[in-house]
Amino acid sequence: MEALLIDIGSTYTKAVMLDLKKVRIIKQGQAYTTVKDDVNRGLKKALADFTGWEKAEYKLACSSAAGGLKMIAVGLVPDLTAEAARRAALGAGSKMLKTFSFELTAIDIEEISSLEPDILLLAGGTDGGNRDVIVHNARMIAGSCLHTPVIIAGNRAVAGKVQDIFKQGGKEGYLTENVMPRLEELNIEPAREKIRELFLEKIIEAKGLDRVNSILDGLVMPTPAAVLRAASLLASGYKDERGLGELVVIDIGGATTDVHSIASGKPTRDGVSWRGLEEPFKKRTVEGDLGMRYSAPSLVEAIGFNSLFTQLEQALKSGLSREILQDYIDLIKAEVDHLAANKIEVIIDRLLARNAVNLSTARHVGVLKTIYTPLGVSLIQEGKDLTGVKNIIGTGGVIVYNDNPKFIMSGALYENQPQSDLLAPVEPELLLDSKYLLAPLGLLAEVEPLLAVKFMKKYILKAGDVCGNDR
Amino acid sequence: MDKTTVVLGVIGADVHAVGNRILEYSLKQAGLNVINIGVMSSQNDFINAALETGADAIWVSSLYGHGEMDCRGLREKCLEAGIGDILLYAGGNLVIGKRDWPYVEELFRGMGYDRAYPPGTLPETAIIDLEKDIYKKGDKNWRPC
Repeated sequence: MEALLIDIGSTYTKAVMLDLKKVRIIKQGQAYTTVKDDVNRGLKKALADFTGWEKAEYKLACSSAAGGLKMIAVGLVPDLTAEAARRAALGAGSKMLKTFSFELTAIDIEEISSLEPDILLLAGGTDGGNRDVIVHNARMIAGSCLHTPVIIAGNRAVAGKVQDIFKQGGKEGYLTENVMPRLEELNIEPAREKIRELFLEKIIEAKGLDRVNSILDGLVMPTPAAVLRAASLLASGYKDERGLGELVVIDIGGATTDVHSIASGKPTRDGVSWRGLEEPFKKRTVEGDLGMRYSAPSLVEAIGFNSLFTQLEQALKSGLSREILQDYIDLIKAEVDHLAANKIEVIIDRLLARNAVNLSTARHVGVLKTIYTPLGVSLIQEGKDLTGVKNIIGTGGVIVYNDNPKFIMSGALYENQPQSDLLAPVEPELLLDSKYLLAPLGLLAEVEPLLAVKFMKKYILKAGDVCGNDR
Repeated sequence: MDKTTVVLGVIGADVHAVGNRILEYSLKQAGLNVINIGVMSSQNDFINAALETGADAIWVSSLYGHGEMDCRGLREKCLEAGIGDILLYAGGNLVIGKRDWPYVEELFRGMGYDRAYPPGTLPETAIIDLEKDIYKKGDKNWRPC
């Protein structure tokens, strides 16, 4: 019994065929994604060396091509419903273009249409709470020339009214539960599910990706959602196959770095009070400015050129001219499919990746603030406490193919964080998605969860035990 | 009509939780919708909660003597946030030292609070006042509980 699993990325279409009986990889292949004319050309090319794939039991795909699933979230207060909506969209594997709060203005509407989102998520108000703002925003959207489908996930008391506003405006409005039904209480699963439904029913077709359905059983989710699915299954396990428990997955791509944590994030110390919006157990954050190619210049900006240059000199144990580093950054920005070709380039890539891991972890984890009060010291936690998480899994080309993944991933450790109040994992095992299988296994998890766990346990290895050269 | 909604919390670095719980209980017993944001709440926490929940009133408690400092500017922030006409009540040990209550009450009225209460006030007193104030504002049909 075989499974053919496809990840249609923005640059490459990656295919893998798995032998489900023997729990092993039969073949992996890739080719350039061709989404403009016919996505199937690239897909067929990726499958060129495969034999017998037509007979595979499952033929599933996920995609981040054609810009991924582009979303905009609209809420009321930035830290509350706007943030809740943003988390729901990120959890569904979307690419967040922007989040808006309070009343939308004509200028906002113009900006939204220029950003060309695939789906708009409209929240605002707790159940029975504020009504005016979501109604106003619905009117603004319904009265505009936007033709984006809108998911309504706000105050239940006016949800019907909001839906009517869209109906009267000739717009598509889809109703789901409020993302924040009570203050600071998060309820993002229904919205996440609705986003996925729309992705399957509308967005795939709009992007021309539904063509793959003539070859495959179906394109079932956005790639980041597949990674999140795999991560959460690996954490929980399935039936007899035990999971790893709470974990973090770091996925470094060309344009973004994604961090997924499958963990409650509750305070691990006594006497700490937890503030702010409830944290989702499965949390995904995306750093659009931290990436290895498209976002290399902004990554370098975030690190600081001088700091990066110093790190490079230390790594090489010798001096070099600053132009070499600058030229390489310019090169990878221009040629986004460039692969490191010599020793210095490999080292620069490694440093970039380590810093991307470091910064994206710092932004994902919570922070423990010490507040001095007249009654003594108080500790307040905002965000997730991941200090006790036992496993970090690295994935993405640069981690999987670099010869020192452990060095890259150690950027996530507590001891390497820029501030001591960041709640990053202290002593985790550093694991590597050695065959780049997380997204495909997220697909397999949809149909054969038990086997997906078995594959993950076989191919996710300690970062010390493997290095890129073993491949 | 909807239930009256009150945002309740203890402001500043104050961690006194007992009175807060009692107030929550009393308000619920009186049939009100209570959004309790708990201890150590900032002015922004109160405002954000009131915005999202469409609250009718904010009840600020302060028991550790720094109330004057912590409560100042809340009305102005509410104005900025677009909920300038929300009812603001304060209660607890609002100031340190032995200052006459009328002076303290006047102080809080001057800071934009609709009502201020000295230590020892029963929750019912403030609940009845809330009933009157909302009736006066006329934006809700108060149903006696």
